[in-house]
Amino acid sequence: MSVVDQNSIVLAPRISEAEVSDYIALLKPRVMSLVIFTALVGLVMAPGHIHPVLAFTSLLCIAVGAGASGALNMAFEGDLDAKMTRTANRPIPRGRITPAEATAFGMTLAFFSVLTLGILVNWFAGGLLAFTIFFYVVIYTLLLKRRTAQNIVIGGAAGSLPPVVAWVAATGSLSVEPLLLFLIIFFWTPPHFWALAMFRSEDYARAGVPMLPVVAGPDATRLQILLYTIVLVAIAAAPWPLGYFDAVYGVISLALGAVMLALAINVYRRRERAESLRATRKLFAFSILYLFALFATLLLEVVVRALLHVIW
Amino acid sequence: MAHTMSDERPPDGIVLTEAQKRSRRNRSIATALALGVLVLLFFAVTLVKGPAVLNRPF
Repeated sequence: MSVVDQNSIVLAPRISEAEVSDYIALLKPRVMSLVIFTALVGLVMAPGHIHPVLAFTSLLCIAVGAGASGALNMAFEGDLDAKMTRTANRPIPRGRITPAEATAFGMTLAFFSVLTLGILVNWFAGGLLAFTIFFYVVIYTLLLKRRTAQNIVIGGAAGSLPPVVAWVAATGSLSVEPLLLFLIIFFWTPPHFWALAMFRSEDYARAGVPMLPVVAGPDATRLQILLYTIVLVAIAAAPWPLGYFDAVYGVISLALGAVMLALAINVYRRRERAESLRATRKLFAFSILYLFALFATLLLEVVVRALLHVIW
Repeated sequence: MAHTMSDERPPDGIVLTEAQKRSRRNRSIATALALGVLVLLFFAVTLVKGPAVLNRPF
């Protein structure tokens, strides 16, 4: 900006008119709320005692780390977002925030969330949070998203890690229980996102994102959704036979799983366009409720168990 | 020959519009609040941990 050409054309610096709400939108608040909830379950399930202030610090850092991932994801996907109806209203395609500003914002949040979790809680959790952000931004966003139909399968690991980070924040170590939580979210991700991709396939095709319905077609996607749902229902019920949770969780998990499976079978069977769209929308909507209800059941069972322990 | 921008700048320099001033002020307040929360968080944890605040296990 300090030098102009011989015609003395002065390039005015871009003055941002971005509001705070634009920056909040960069954090993907809806994704963040699910991250906070699953992390809370990981934190509450962890054995031993963690001081409420440290528990709050852990959740805050995990939430901010998730927000940083969202901001960096949007910074690198502004061109894709502009081509898709679902994402065209995001701050970068609307011109409210530049990719460079989003990158600076995301990097700052990532740095401080990892540093704060490391210093105030423990460095194992801080390192795991850093790895989660790295995996989402570099592995998923930059390497997989535009290259392979397995993007959300592998990339789903990043979204599955928050309860593990929370467990490590509380205990300083790893165990089987948080890995089960990881696996539940990991196998939930493909049916959830492929259901979305089924009824948004034109959007993804226009943007050139190789989602499974775009690359392999709807029939192959229907089969994959069904197979992943079967594995998901089995893994979601596993904490019961493994002895980590009792029959109440097992029955609720299987009941929720039965609905999820019925909707996945419905998606597999409905091949006619209008019916197929309805079926995938139903599965997508229920999948969110499914994960929430499953983790809420885990949370409630831990809380009830703790209360009974205090009473008796 | 190249000129610096200050040579060409009108006397008042860059004048922000009201919308730009308002959004910049809002962003500044949000940044200040975030920093305030960070300071309070570190202070609260020093109270909770006491001397053990320097003990940061891997």
